[in-house]
Amino acid sequence: MTTASEPYVLNIGPQHPSTHGVFRLRVVMDGERIQDIDMVVGYLHRSMEKLAEERTFTQNIPFTDRTDYLAAMSNNLGYCLAVERLAGVEVPERASFLRVIFAELQRLASHSMANGTFINDAGAWQTPLMYMFREREKILDLFEMTCGARLTTNYMRIGGVSFDPPPEFYPAVEALVAELPDRIAEYTELLVDNEILIARARGVGIISAADAINGSITGPMLRASGVPWDLRKADPYCAYDKFDFEIPVGHNGDCYDRFMVRLEEMRQSVRIIRQALDGLPSGPHKTEIPLALRPAPGEAYARVEGPRGELGFYVVSDGGPAPARFHIRAPSLINLSLLRQMAVGTSLPDAIVALGSTDIVVGEIDR
Amino acid sequence: MDRALPGVVTASTDEWVEVRPDRLVDAMRWLHDDPEMDAATISNMCGVDRYDHFEVVYHLQSLDLNQQIVVKTRIRDHEAPSMQSAYPVYSGALLQEREVYDLMGIRFEGHPDMRRMFLWEGYPGFPLRKDFLQIADHHPGLPHFPFETGTQER
Repeated sequence: MTTASEPYVLNIGPQHPSTHGVFRLRVVMDGERIQDIDMVVGYLHRSMEKLAEERTFTQNIPFTDRTDYLAAMSNNLGYCLAVERLAGVEVPERASFLRVIFAELQRLASHSMANGTFINDAGAWQTPLMYMFREREKILDLFEMTCGARLTTNYMRIGGVSFDPPPEFYPAVEALVAELPDRIAEYTELLVDNEILIARARGVGIISAADAINGSITGPMLRASGVPWDLRKADPYCAYDKFDFEIPVGHNGDCYDRFMVRLEEMRQSVRIIRQALDGLPSGPHKTEIPLALRPAPGEAYARVEGPRGELGFYVVSDGGPAPARFHIRAPSLINLSLLRQMAVGTSLPDAIVALGSTDIVVGEIDR
Repeated sequence: MDRALPGVVTASTDEWVEVRPDRLVDAMRWLHDDPEMDAATISNMCGVDRYDHFEVVYHLQSLDLNQQIVVKTRIRDHEAPSMQSAYPVYSGALLQEREVYDLMGIRFEGHPDMRRMFLWEGYPGFPLRKDFLQIADHHPGLPHFPFETGTQER
């Protein structure tokens, strides 16, 4: 016997631990099944793209921290690369290497957070998250040592980086790099064959390779669908063409593969940091640029492989000291393009896991 | 492209190609299907207010050939701009075009979900337009910066 049911609307968020920030999902459900899902965003909209039009190119660097507050270094880097391309500023080699080291440390910190909260959503309450926070703390300590801030680092500058790392940075980062492979092996042992994780994540939120490409999905989500696309290889910036690393890919495009791709990327990041520390050249860490940089009228698009995907900055100059247009290509937002496809027809717990596996940062969605 | 689709391209340089806003879907479909272009995905899209017209820039990316194709359109109507949506070709345009509509006020014909995104329905105006809450002839800040030589005006 079946009971007649009618669809109802369920609001998840804006304040809910599973939405990773101030993010609202408006879900139309029929019984246990999701019929339609819609996201309501904008709670964190700070109109950065408009504000940036009134500030100089250098003054805009701190804004980029506050978009994706879990990967401030990558955001700084992408913006500085865009302005350097626009103004034709050369970067010293030491600065390129330092940028690689800090961007990869940031990727480790961000992936720790992503995997930890994903496991949290999947049901392993808090313990793995705290394990991963242990390593993240050490990375944030390194940031604090170098530039005085832990989250909103404001470290990269147009033409280099703001500070050379202090002497105590090197033993600390060496110790961390020596320790991390064991830690990642520990997570692998704890989680990869974990029955709960497999039951919750395998076969959930599948995106095929063709859909992912057509839907502008980038980053670990695209690679989990089996597309070996990584901007560090495809369009090398900084010194990434000098390092030896691999692009991990998944096969099924489900949540479990996204988790595995992030875990493997952490291993590759450690490899890159190791090589960058060994080959770190001496020399200046910054080129001097004018206080008010006035690039010639034109436009530049620079992109980096951020922890969440292709992080692009499109900067238009009209010859003034401030950008005429400043646009951030936010991977967190664009990776949600296929949210409907991932969630409709599944049950609510599966949708929460699928959302967790996209690794959104609401500051970056809303900007 | 000019040979395959006569009349669509209005201007081009080595770096970008400008197409007519009412023929965008044809241009996008051709770029997507042509094996030498192979524009598989939209990597970035952005609207730019150029005071007398709007420019919408699509950065397309070919994954197999590893090349970037920049497509621009120019919308001359500054009051009620509208153009074709790239959504029929690229599902990745869904949220990006909604964002451009929300902040820049450009309507995309053929987009399935043309609503405000960050701001609420009924918000007055489109903030990223240059004339949004602007006072005429008022430029905030100093005309030139400390230690800067010359008297460049903004």
